Amino acid sequence: MTKLDDIKVAETEVKVKDGVEQETVDAVQAVSTYKHGWETEIEMEYAPKGLSEDIVRLISEKNEEPEWMTEWRLSAFARWGNMEEPDWAMVRYPEVDFQDQYYYARPKSMAEKPKSLDEVDPKLLATYEKLGIPLKEQMILAGVEGAENMPAEGRKVAVDAVFDSVSVGTTFQDELKKAGVIFCSISEAIREHPELVKKYLGSVVPVSDNFYATLNSAVFSDGSFVYVPPGVKCPMELSTYFRINAENTGQFERTLIIADKGSYVSYLEGCTAPQRDTTQLHAAVVEIIIEEDAEVKYSTVQNWFPGDEEGKGGIYNFVTKRADCRGDRSKIMWTQVETGSAVTWKYPSCILRGAESQGEFYSIAIANNMQQADTGTKMIHLGKDTKSRIVSKGISAGKAQNTYRGLVTMHPKAKDSRNYTQCDSLLIGDTCGAHTVPYIEVKNNSSRVEHEATTSKVDDDQLFYCRQRGMDEEEAVALVVNGFCKEVLQALPMEFAMEAQQLVAISLEGSVG
Amino acid sequence: MALPKEKQEVTDAMLSHLPEATGGNWIKTARSAAMDRLASLGLPVKRDEYWKYGDPTHWTAVEPKFTTTSEASQVFDGVEPLTLVFVDGVFDADASDALALDGAEITLLSKAAQADLHWSQSLYGVLETRANSVKPQDGGALVRPVDRPFAALNTAIAQEGVLIHVTGQVARPIRISYRSNGGQALLHHAVKVDEGASVTLLEEGLPAARYDVMIEADVADEAEFHHVRMQGHAPQVQAMTQLYARLGRESTFKSFALSVDGVATRSDAILELTGDDASAHVGGAVLGDGKDVHHDDTVFITHDAVNCESRQVFKKVLRNGATGVFQGKILVKEDAQKTDGYQISQSLLLDDDSQFLAKPELEIYADDVACSHGSTTGAMDEEGLFYLRARGVPKGYAEDLMTIAFVAEAIDEIADEALQEVVLAQVEAALAGRRG
Repeated sequence: MTKLDDIKVAETEVKVKDGVEQETVDAVQAVSTYKHGWETEIEMEYAPKGLSEDIVRLISEKNEEPEWMTEWRLSAFARWGNMEEPDWAMVRYPEVDFQDQYYYARPKSMAEKPKSLDEVDPKLLATYEKLGIPLKEQMILAGVEGAENMPAEGRKVAVDAVFDSVSVGTTFQDELKKAGVIFCSISEAIREHPELVKKYLGSVVPVSDNFYATLNSAVFSDGSFVYVPPGVKCPMELSTYFRINAENTGQFERTLIIADKGSYVSYLEGCTAPQRDTTQLHAAVVEIIIEEDAEVKYSTVQNWFPGDEEGKGGIYNFVTKRADCRGDRSKIMWTQVETGSAVTWKYPSCILRGAESQGEFYSIAIANNMQQADTGTKMIHLGKDTKSRIVSKGISAGKAQNTYRGLVTMHPKAKDSRNYTQCDSLLIGDTCGAHTVPYIEVKNNSSRVEHEATTSKVDDDQLFYCRQRGMDEEEAVALVVNGFCKEVLQALPMEFAMEAQQLVAISLEGSVG
Repeated sequence: MALPKEKQEVTDAMLSHLPEATGGNWIKTARSAAMDRLASLGLPVKRDEYWKYGDPTHWTAVEPKFTTTSEASQVFDGVEPLTLVFVDGVFDADASDALALDGAEITLLSKAAQADLHWSQSLYGVLETRANSVKPQDGGALVRPVDRPFAALNTAIAQEGVLIHVTGQVARPIRISYRSNGGQALLHHAVKVDEGASVTLLEEGLPAARYDVMIEADVADEAEFHHVRMQGHAPQVQAMTQLYARLGRESTFKSFALSVDGVATRSDAILELTGDDASAHVGGAVLGDGKDVHHDDTVFITHDAVNCESRQVFKKVLRNGATGVFQGKILVKEDAQKTDGYQISQSLLLDDDSQFLAKPELEIYADDVACSHGSTTGAMDEEGLFYLRARGVPKGYAEDLMTIAFVAEAIDEIADEALQEVVLAQVEAALAGRRG
């Protein structure tokens, strides 16, 4: 077994010591605020700039897709032309020139799809190594910093690594296959498992769902596909790591997860991008289908480049994520830690169709400097005895704007359902904003809906207490904030929880004093 | 900027029916400016976010739907108010008291409109104009203007109203008593409360089969404005009320409304706290019964001063398919530090067909604040009912008791206990009427 030290991120100066507090404190001391801002120098090939039917066909062709897929994309593109970019979110950004983007970029070495990970360009492998996501099949802990403190036996995590427009490799495929689990890139799934893709693609997020989802449907280049057969508990956690590397290139990934009857899977998603002056577009769609008695956990640590302190550069993150709990007693749990992106527009949602199905949403959204985040969830209760829980923690600092936007709807037939929503906002400094826009629609009387929201500043008494014990102000704030986020951090898989705690501290750096 | 086609059409249809602005200089100016605002804002259509759960066509349609009439309402007789009576929006001098009251100057809009100058020109349409002239980013990076074209429409064509200038402590409450002859009413009242002065304004009765009653209240430093509305009820009514208020330093504002039924009831309260240490409380209780009943409370409170407090307490009891809506917002501008904002909206759904739709919003740009909101919806508490029934209380009465306890928290927002009693008695009467 490889020693855990070997997979530690080379650059990091963060070391985990005992307990959360020290970890946070160390993280705050880290020099760089965004440590994934480097770039991989690699020869790329691009589709011509701009968006047209020809580009859509070209993407389809590059992915060696069957005709039906090409048609699907083209119909999406035709619809997109008649749609308007939504402007209701509480975010402001200059108009996006959709013709001034590359919609397809792949490393030249990926022209011939490598047959195994051994054939993948070492530069690409090194990129993921550096990000802490080694594409090796070994007992690893998803390359989380501070892994040395983890239990020695470790846990296996299969990784699908997406680099700009293509998936460069997926680990543990064979072992997963033995369990009957399909885990591959979506382009591979379209070729190898067309019946599954045809059946489920666009069934949760319809092609014309919204402006960005429609755009994604036309131009998505890659992403992950997961199918867990009936009764199977996926033997390891699955994870996709998205890396935007090329300049002026949008990333449009598509993820499709199907948890068949009685199955279980935990899926992790990570994302980073280089530090650049220009903004970049990321418009993803994630669809999850959950059948009877199945359960999916979907955890995200979103750490796209947030732009610099003046708001230059950064990723525009316009994402549509939705889970459809089709079967009775099915369950979805979304957990997200949103620290990156210049602009975030993202509402992971749950359609609770099956009786007794459950949806949970745990979110920490941190906006610092010039970041703007408009994020939340939708809980659509259709089946009876359905339950949902929303815990959202928004933190604003610098000149950032952070909005929780949510919908809870109890349809007339969703008898005896429950929702509990708690959304708290914390303001650090007097130049930022924190907003709450919940929609609550209750259409039967046997259901119970509770919504609570608070907005406050970091409590002076708590800060004073910490300061008295010798912490400086930044340390104290980081500690209080970590406490504020605790409920959400606890919902994360262990690997992510540690990274998230550090991210929380790092994202707030410089926001005090 | 050109309006979307659908908006342009309803707006043009309305504008073509509006009379030319007439009257003295001050009101002609105010009315034609309001007409221009209306033309540029455009009337709302169903898709407008501000009308998310409501239907503006009740008031954009040129003709009203119903011809419901009503008797005079006398629920506030016990507090011995000075009474002004309006029938279908027309002042009834014979049924009214003389317009004389110590500590206040009271005039009718129609009379003031004949003069070229009047004190009310500093208020009439002024708060409406402020609310309709918010600039993007005014007081916070993402602040957006909200269009309130019905308010501009009211300013432009209101047929009548009461103009009250409160200069001291008013000995009696002022009551505006409405009665419907089955027509329409468009009323615009203005209340200016001078520094340190205090007034209580009461409203009761049904103004008309379709109506739009607007109040603008300017509450100066250390002044107090108390307002209780017992909204006259009948099933077939299209009812709109609009309340615009500006609060000065250390002022107190309290407004409460009880509403029962109605096909379309829309109540807007738009408050702006502009002086430090001001306090604003808005409360509402709704008893909705019947599948055509739709009641929409929309509250927008802007904090633009330091150390102010605001409370919104709304309770709705809905049954037989009634729909209750609450849209409430607290906007805390950049400099409004030490704000204490609280908002609660709760509904009791007495059966499975009724619904409650809520959008409780916070928009906050100052960091040293404590703002919170809560919203709950559900059926009547079975345990509470069981407790009462186990003690021999009949089912129907037990439900009424639970209902009263539920709405009482909103009624508590009324400062005067005598008025609280009046409102409670009305709630009991309405519930008893239902039990038959």
